Amino acid sequence: MDLANFLIQLLNSVQYGLLLFMLAAGLTLIFGIMGVVNLAHGSFYMLGAYLAWSLSTLTGSLTLAILLGAVLSVVFGLALEWLLFRHFYKRDHLDQVLLTFGLIYIFEEVRSILWGDDVHGVTIPDVLSASVPLTENLSYPVYRLFMSGVCIALALGLYFMISKTRLGMKIRAGAFNRDMAESLGINIKLIHAVVFALGVGLAAVAGMIAAPVASVYPNMGSQVLIMCFVVVVIGGIGSVRGALISALLVGLVDTFGKVLLPSMAGMLVYMLMAAVLLWKPEGLFKQ
Amino acid sequence: MSEVLLSAKNLTKRFGGLAAVNDVSISLWRNHIHAVIGPNGAGKSTLTNLLSGDLPPTSGSVTLGSHDVTGWTPEKISGKGLGRSYQKTNIFLPFSVWENVRLASQSRAPNAARWLQRATGFAAVNARAEEALELAGLQHRKHSIAGTISHGEQRQLEIAMTLATEPQVLLLDEPLAGMGVAEAERMVALLLAIKKNHGILLVEHDMDAVFTLADKLTVMVNGQVIASGTPAQIRADAGVQAAYLGEEH
Amino acid sequence: MSTAKANLEILPRGVQVALGLGLIALVAFPFVGTDFYTQMVTRMMIMAIFAMSLDLLQGVSGLVSLGHAAYFGLAGYALAFLTPAGTPVSLWWTLPLAVLASGLAALIIGFFVVRTHGIYFIMVTMAFAQMVFYLFFDNKALGGSDGLYINFKPSAAVFGWTPFDLDNKLTLYYFTLGAMLLVYAFLRRLLWSPFGRTLAGIRVNEHRMRAMGFGTFGYKLSAFTLAGALAGLAGYLWGTQTGYINPELMGFHMSAHAIMMVILGGMGNFAGAIVGAFAFEYLLHVFKDLPTLGSVNLGKHWQLWMGLFIVLLVVFAPRGILGLVEKFTQRKSKAEAGHE
Repeated sequence: MDLANFLIQLLNSVQYGLLLFMLAAGLTLIFGIMGVVNLAHGSFYMLGAYLAWSLSTLTGSLTLAILLGAVLSVVFGLALEWLLFRHFYKRDHLDQVLLTFGLIYIFEEVRSILWGDDVHGVTIPDVLSASVPLTENLSYPVYRLFMSGVCIALALGLYFMISKTRLGMKIRAGAFNRDMAESLGINIKLIHAVVFALGVGLAAVAGMIAAPVASVYPNMGSQVLIMCFVVVVIGGIGSVRGALISALLVGLVDTFGKVLLPSMAGMLVYMLMAAVLLWKPEGLFKQ
Repeated sequence: MSEVLLSAKNLTKRFGGLAAVNDVSISLWRNHIHAVIGPNGAGKSTLTNLLSGDLPPTSGSVTLGSHDVTGWTPEKISGKGLGRSYQKTNIFLPFSVWENVRLASQSRAPNAARWLQRATGFAAVNARAEEALELAGLQHRKHSIAGTISHGEQRQLEIAMTLATEPQVLLLDEPLAGMGVAEAERMVALLLAIKKNHGILLVEHDMDAVFTLADKLTVMVNGQVIASGTPAQIRADAGVQAAYLGEEH
Repeated sequence: MSTAKANLEILPRGVQVALGLGLIALVAFPFVGTDFYTQMVTRMMIMAIFAMSLDLLQGVSGLVSLGHAAYFGLAGYALAFLTPAGTPVSLWWTLPLAVLASGLAALIIGFFVVRTHGIYFIMVTMAFAQMVFYLFFDNKALGGSDGLYINFKPSAAVFGWTPFDLDNKLTLYYFTLGAMLLVYAFLRRLLWSPFGRTLAGIRVNEHRMRAMGFGTFGYKLSAFTLAGALAGLAGYLWGTQTGYINPELMGFHMSAHAIMMVILGGMGNFAGAIVGAFAFEYLLHVFKDLPTLGSVNLGKHWQLWMGLFIVLLVVFAPRGILGLVEKFTQRKSKAEAGHE
């Protein structure tokens, strides 16, 4: 593999990894802080993509669609938490699995009713549609760099919020010791709602920015969900830092695996997970 | 002098920078009750967890009989004759009292993994369970669901389950916790009765019970042993008075 | 995390009677039903075996596996690989071999997976099942996304004599019924054996089990392996009935369906798994067959009704049908006691 090709694969790995991180960060926070397993997380990604398609078609601007979609998905997340999820924090994992699987079905049908079952493409805005030349023959799409950029910005925002703001401190306190945090006057219910809505928002935005590249199709949620679970297992539940490192690792293994060992490509990530589990059954950075 | 059943040497457990247990050595003899006392946070529970295998030590060793059990899993250590009861009641709440003890007794049966025979039909297992139940004075509650009996009875069940595994060594973590006067007296009588042929390590806060039961006392403060000796010696020890006994009611 | 519940292990007299009647109905059914319904009930019984195998893991041992369908599908694939294009293959050695293959896969995957707990266990079982799914989906040599056909049903011929012909829908029905009853009887025996009691103890309080000297890893792995093997039995029968195996049979949706069957009926006593399998399959049938109201094809959106049903189930009846029956009969007996 020559340098230019290697660079392309590396950039692709990072971009895929960062996208996975957006989903895994929300999932690991929701697991770690509220103890809820949510199989419908992939559905948020899908709903985000479809939202991007219809909003960008409506407004003519992908950027506007993403901003609008982000707000809508956060509101949706708050509503979903208030209506359903907050009643399940203390229930069995089995009940949570059942609930969220039922939600997958419902979301699939809602999507089918609202947007149909066709595959759609989302056009990249002109300003982002150029390519950066790497060699005489090879270039790298600016839009993919934009995707990574957005993910990095959101990751930095997340880091800043969790470690440097009062809200982040309250979230960490609530994760560490819920009862203590409550007795200190921290509104745990609000914290949980915020964390949940944040997770939904991140997943939806990931779907939105991925839409032009991955296209918009019915099964996209379940495919990304399983990768997401692998990332969280490898990284360790509750650890956002673990999710980042794990997501990048998975991105690298998956992307380079497809190029170097195509016959084993689908299995490589799971072999990585198996290896990690043998060494650390609770993930690399378990809290 | 009777044999040493359990011996820990220089046990240390660090969590990050904090040493919850710091260079603790302790021994247990047959027909002997050794009490470990100390204020909250002294490391008594951590010590118990180190001895039972629930936590691996950072350094030091634990010897059970003739075996070096340092770093062994709880099930392996239990298999070599160590039984443990818990400060926070750790029974099978949805099962009957009988099933709780029967299951404990089943752990000693070599054919515990049989797939097609009825579990309740093994005579040796049942006999062992009956005996433990009788010692703990719980026969009248045999068929009650463990979650429905009183707190004191649940503490008795804790002990019964530990006894049903036929241990040589018993680690009892605050068996009198939350008990009224009558229940506590019953528990003290039970412990005196089972003292024969066993070595008991007793972690307790109830000073009356401790001074009634203990043949030897070890006092821990901040993870370290500050005194060890007979009850009379400990009572007279000025350091212990200052650190612990003086503050106790 | 809620505290462990007691399972409904001893079936109340009313439930036993109902099950007995159900058995009579099943035995008599092919004589009153059409071919189509005989096939449908055969499939329900196959799913009942699949659900019972999961109940051993989920209901009895408390291990929530989201990847149980992998072992279901693997046995079907084993049959597909073993059946040549031109002739049928013998039932008598392919059935044990397929079941063994599923059991072996469960043993290997279980070795990695059983060391995890709680949410991790749920996620890694799903992940490994997806791995198996992609292994078959991505490889044309293993059939790829199109799957494989089993051109001939297994033959029961031994030494020239054929005791029964599985091509006959009635024969296959009774063969499956027999298998289902055998599995039920075996698992009920297992439930009350020392092994079964240990698994129940692990479900309720694994920590205490370890402290009492039980090597819980080994027990859980055994349960995982046995459950996988029994799922393989169901998968073999599925392949026999339908003649077609594809990766979807090992997928996440299939695993989730099994979980729902077990919960729907009521966990931990295997009877609930049978009831749940029948109820779930029937419900699917009903939802998919819904008529068209005006311009809306209700049947097309069966997933919506299924999803709503599941959500309502988990909110209002988390212990399933048998749980409701138990509540109802308890209330009745309390009322009767109050009248004395």
